[in-house]
Amino acid sequence: MSNKLNNFIHEKIAPNFEKGGKFESLWSVYDSFHTFLFVPRQTAGRKGVQVHDSVDSKRVIIMVILALVPALLVGCWNVGLQHDRALGIDDGWFMQFLYGFVAFLPKVVVSYVVGLGIEMAVAAYKREEVAEGFLATGLLIPMIVPVNTPLWMIAVATAFSVIFAKEIFGGTGMNIFNPALITRAFLFFAYPKAMSGDAVFVRTGSALCDSPIEGTQVVDGFSGATPLAAVADGSFNPETFSTMDAFIGTIPGSIAETSTAAILLGALLLLVTKVASWRIMLSVFAGGAVMSAIVAAFSENAPTVAQQLCLGGFAFAAVFMATDPVTGCRTNTGKFIYGCFIGVMAIIIRMYNTGYPEGAMMAVLLGNAVAPLIDHYVVEANINKRAKRIKA
Amino acid sequence: MASLIKLNKGLDINLAGAAEQKLVSVKAADKVTLVPDDFVGSTPKVVVKAGEAVKAGDVLFTDKLHPEIKFVSPVSGTVEEVVRGERRKVLGVVVVNDGKGTSVELPAVNPTSASADEIKSALLNAGVWPFIKQRPYNVVANPEVQPRDIFVTAMDTAPLAPDFAFVVKGQEEDLQRGISALAKLTAGKVYVGAKAGSKLQLNNAEVVEFAGPHPAGNVSVQINHIKPINKGEQVWTVSAFDVIVMGRALAGKVDFTRTITVAGSEVVSPAYAKVLPGQTLASILDGNVKHVEYTQRYIAGNVLTGQNAGKDGVVGFFDNTVTVIPDGGDTDELFGWITPGLNRYSTSNTGLSGLFGLFKSKKWTLDARLKGGPRALIVSGTWEKVFPMDIYPEELYKAVLTYNIDKMEALGIYEVAPEDFALCEFVDASKTPVQQVIADGLVKLRKEME
Repeated sequence: MSNKLNNFIHEKIAPNFEKGGKFESLWSVYDSFHTFLFVPRQTAGRKGVQVHDSVDSKRVIIMVILALVPALLVGCWNVGLQHDRALGIDDGWFMQFLYGFVAFLPKVVVSYVVGLGIEMAVAAYKREEVAEGFLATGLLIPMIVPVNTPLWMIAVATAFSVIFAKEIFGGTGMNIFNPALITRAFLFFAYPKAMSGDAVFVRTGSALCDSPIEGTQVVDGFSGATPLAAVADGSFNPETFSTMDAFIGTIPGSIAETSTAAILLGALLLLVTKVASWRIMLSVFAGGAVMSAIVAAFSENAPTVAQQLCLGGFAFAAVFMATDPVTGCRTNTGKFIYGCFIGVMAIIIRMYNTGYPEGAMMAVLLGNAVAPLIDHYVVEANINKRAKRIKA
Repeated sequence: MASLIKLNKGLDINLAGAAEQKLVSVKAADKVTLVPDDFVGSTPKVVVKAGEAVKAGDVLFTDKLHPEIKFVSPVSGTVEEVVRGERRKVLGVVVVNDGKGTSVELPAVNPTSASADEIKSALLNAGVWPFIKQRPYNVVANPEVQPRDIFVTAMDTAPLAPDFAFVVKGQEEDLQRGISALAKLTAGKVYVGAKAGSKLQLNNAEVVEFAGPHPAGNVSVQINHIKPINKGEQVWTVSAFDVIVMGRALAGKVDFTRTITVAGSEVVSPAYAKVLPGQTLASILDGNVKHVEYTQRYIAGNVLTGQNAGKDGVVGFFDNTVTVIPDGGDTDELFGWITPGLNRYSTSNTGLSGLFGLFKSKKWTLDARLKGGPRALIVSGTWEKVFPMDIYPEELYKAVLTYNIDKMEALGIYEVAPEDFALCEFVDASKTPVQQVIADGLVKLRKEME
């Protein structure tokens, strides 16, 4: 980077956005683009720590986004694969991926434009920096909704979530519930028809707008029902169902959730970089496994433990949703309890609430709600220890 | 045989420019500035006027509430100026050094035979009392109180800080005298926290050795592991570096000279030096700073708790280090959020320097940039890794932030000082000014409670 360009930015461009400048009200927007390019020049003040670790929230969030990439790629391919299967054709993995990607693209554009638009407006109003949190949320949203969700629904739900689940609490870092899951929950309760059933997870029309493709028709006997829907209506057979399909991700479902293998690849990145808590991730899987074993012991035709962990959004929730540090437990002991709670609840809701095939989303939201309570009791133990010391 | 306490949590920031174990001479102080802000919790009442002649040991200002606590001139000469800021707040008292070294006469006190009151008044009159701080609140100790115990830390584990073993060489008697005096002031014990393997031998005190990374040398950490403070109790804390100065005063010498490290990546030959508190950084660093085109930052103190004082700033009353690092305010670093990070210091595994452990094995030149924008707390669990006390740092921070007094007490506010949160501030991805919040909270709480 040449010095001339730097000087031009700092002397000619920046002042326009600073107080008294022409575009003062757009300072937040300018800042978000500038800090995207350059590490901020701001230095430590007179007092306080004079040097800092180079990690910042941008770097943390970007790791989450990178970790989502494997699930995104496999998920897009699977959208095309399911499409081909429904129509009884096979045009190769690349065309299948392309089909899925084209189906996915408008959704992510809508989610980013709506969400970031609101975030930037709020930041400009508050004259604060634009927080990065939505970069992850905005990618998560199109990944966890059925492929046939209309774009306007995504827009409405994203706006609702960013405003009412995040900004009214004070923005990134202050929210109680995971904004991506709130979007999903909003869609589920506001537009239940568009969120469940056999038709929503497999797109049979054209990639971009689902208009019927001339000369094609859905093959007889094809069902786009997800395995969990089969579990809910009792038609699931653990012996004939291929766990491998669920692990690789060649079953109907949202983009994010189908491929457990890809999710685990992302999990690896999150664990190696320590962006996600291994305590939470491990205990969600442990809680889920234990509860699945209990369920399998007491009911016929229940999925096996391995099937339970591969099906639906369980693995995705364990790796990406439960580990959100803002809405989860913040104490180390609390993280174990929080994770187990989510794992157990996800399986319970999935198996015993027949009106509601996917329990993982609800379990994480429920976990978000009780996380402060869990932390409260963990910290209370420390408080009691201190109180006892006085008496002793 | 001293007992040993091993600490695993914490972090040694491996900075370039560590001081070589040799003493170099620096320019004598042509003037010194005593800064009342160094003495947290006391309000100064200046008793000298500009133009007045003073000897070393003459009182410059006293504490408004406790006039017996005196702050004295370390040199003889003339009071040049009483610097005042907004609302006439005293920012500093400047004394021009006449170089004659005339000093007031101090009686020598033998701590083994003297009574507690005699020792107290000797320390107060010599102007070395302010070295003693009290917990709670980390303020200058109230002489009317008898503390439960006195904790002395004989190790400074902060980045580029001096090695106590090197500093104390030749001053062992002064140290012992000071320790014996302190022992008379408490009904309990004097605990001395020393570096593991230092084999520090002291009478009238219990030596406890500590092994582990910074902040193992912070007195709060040592107290927390030896005998934690409870609500209603008061303990005193002193740094052994300062006990040496106290010991000299008890021998009748007015000598505030302290051995500090002059260090940092921008220092040509980092080493130890004898300086006076209040001496300007420029006089200490004269000719010893690299000539470069970028801006440099002169820090009075270490990089964690020190102040960006500037060239004309002065060494504080309690400082053990003077550090010079690049400022970094004129640096433009591209795409910090995605570069592999081999050459960016990070303890976090999101960069290769963290992942490969290079932050431990390599020597680093760090500048003063925050390297990110301030955010609400997002990442959890990083503070706890550098906070080796039985306290939840984040919960306590939040209690202070919301000024919930009951919670603050319950979570251990009386056991901590702002310096204990320095590493939390360093590793925090949200760039939270933790020390400032804790410091403000302590001031506010003290006003409320006293």
